[in-house]
Amino acid sequence: MQHGIKAAVLGLIVLAAVIATNFARDLAYQFHAILIILVAGYLFIREVGKIGDPVKPAETGYMDGVVRAGVIATTVWGLVGFSVGVWIAFELAFPALNLGNIFHGYGNFGRLRPIHTSAVIFAFCGNALIATSFYVVQRTCAARLWGGNLAWFVFWGYQLFIVLAATGYLLGSTQSREYAEPEWYIDIWLTIVWLCYLAVFLGTLFKRKEPHIYVANWFYLAFIITIAMLHVVNNLAVPVSIFGSKSVSLFSGVQDAMVQWWYGHNAVGFFLTAGFLGMMYYFVPKQAERPVYSYKLSIIHFWALIFLYIWAGPHHLHYTALPDWAQTLGMVMSIILWMPSWGGMINGLMTLSGAWDKLRTDPVLRIMVVSIGFYGMSTFEGPMMAIKAVNSLSHYTDWTIGHVHSGALGWNGMITFGALYFLVPRLWGKERLYSLRLVSWHFWLATIGIILYASAMWVSGIMEGLMWREVDAQGFLVNSFSDTVVAKYSLLVIRGCGGLLYLAGGIIMAVNLWKTAKGAGQAVAKAVPAE
Amino acid sequence: MYTILRELADSWAMLVILLFFLGVIVWAFRPGSRKLHEDLAQIPLRNDDVLPEDNTGEK
Repeated sequence: MQHGIKAAVLGLIVLAAVIATNFARDLAYQFHAILIILVAGYLFIREVGKIGDPVKPAETGYMDGVVRAGVIATTVWGLVGFSVGVWIAFELAFPALNLGNIFHGYGNFGRLRPIHTSAVIFAFCGNALIATSFYVVQRTCAARLWGGNLAWFVFWGYQLFIVLAATGYLLGSTQSREYAEPEWYIDIWLTIVWLCYLAVFLGTLFKRKEPHIYVANWFYLAFIITIAMLHVVNNLAVPVSIFGSKSVSLFSGVQDAMVQWWYGHNAVGFFLTAGFLGMMYYFVPKQAERPVYSYKLSIIHFWALIFLYIWAGPHHLHYTALPDWAQTLGMVMSIILWMPSWGGMINGLMTLSGAWDKLRTDPVLRIMVVSIGFYGMSTFEGPMMAIKAVNSLSHYTDWTIGHVHSGALGWNGMITFGALYFLVPRLWGKERLYSLRLVSWHFWLATIGIILYASAMWVSGIMEGLMWREVDAQGFLVNSFSDTVVAKYSLLVIRGCGGLLYLAGGIIMAVNLWKTAKGAGQAVAKAVPAE
Repeated sequence: MYTILRELADSWAMLVILLFFLGVIVWAFRPGSRKLHEDLAQIPLRNDDVLPEDNTGEK
């Protein structure tokens, strides 16, 4: 019966997608409609095949299958995102690499750049967040995920969102809002998936066996709820046609810019910070085998972060048409934000107090500690860059890009690598990782890669800023834009090499995790005794 | 409507947010919270491999 209803709904979706394909007004929309015909058609056939099957008994125990899938997706999308990043980094140094005579514009930086940012932020980090949150919420609540296969819907629904978004960028469907490029129908789909994610997470919290909610879950929950709010408000738009991908934003002018950066900065604050702090508060204590340094500090860290982050967005719009008071508010709030950030960093680092010796023997812990170090560094750099006087030098330069990458590669990337190294042996029932030497290699390649990247961008950014503002005695600008492009050529090459090292580390990790899951390098294969 | 909301946000709502935040800090430092917090901090270090309900044998 249930399968029959599902099949009927899927059949209707196929029909709607066929109609949409026929009336499509642009290529991206048409391509997506065909993609939906294929996906929904496959699921339709699968459901029809299941009609009349006996009802399976409900499974018990922790639901780890979806976490395993999430770990694989995180690793694969990570490699995709890093590769595209390396490619476009070298495109900036060697523009011929956009291969115009082969791709006719489809390989241009402008098309590939959102694929890179969405692949690393939403595909790599997003899958890491969903997978770890499903793992952590079960362990810290001592409860199986709520909602049965709803967690699987969240996983596959999210992958579909990623594929739709990435192919859309390539085919020219974008609303040109940074980190919110996908057009209206993809936004609606993500909203549905995200609300299901919230339901699974909340449902699991409701049926927890532990009387209290561990702090990591507070951070994950704040991340899920806030992203839902940000996503919906920033994507309020009217489609030009129901059969086309183009939409028009509900806001205009400076209001539009403010809504976008209210979204943009809180995507950093809640997607890349709050969610990843949830990871930190679980995986660092686990790997160090000690409780978090101060639970009180974690509570204050949480509430201070929640109350402060939401105001910081205007610092992206210094010296624009945004009212001065709003700019100053954004600056002040960004500086205050430094305190909870460093409170959290201290809490993570001090979890190792009394166990610092483990850093010598455990490269996984080393990766986690470096990630917390980069968290501290980029949350110091960020408030500094939000100061108007500093921003007048740094804005629109490579410094901003360097800052984002020390946060993204250093903090988000490294803590995710740590979590993956922790999870894979446990999820695949293995005693240990395939090779700790390879983890060390990954650690050094990634760390050196980030340092090359960030320092090249500092030099390049400050140089650009100084060159742009240089005026001669008559008040004329000394340098043209192309002068700065020529001047930073060598730094762009160094940046690309830094990215290449980071990608090499990622490939080593993928091999190591693959071998671990396959059972290579295990000391003794021990069967778990039945108790 | 905008004026009313704006007035509210600038006055009472801001005060409520501030008091809530201060309340959270006071609550975190209330006497007797240490024992609870120490227990809470141990949550990740238990319930690792199997659901506790599967261990009791009741299924």
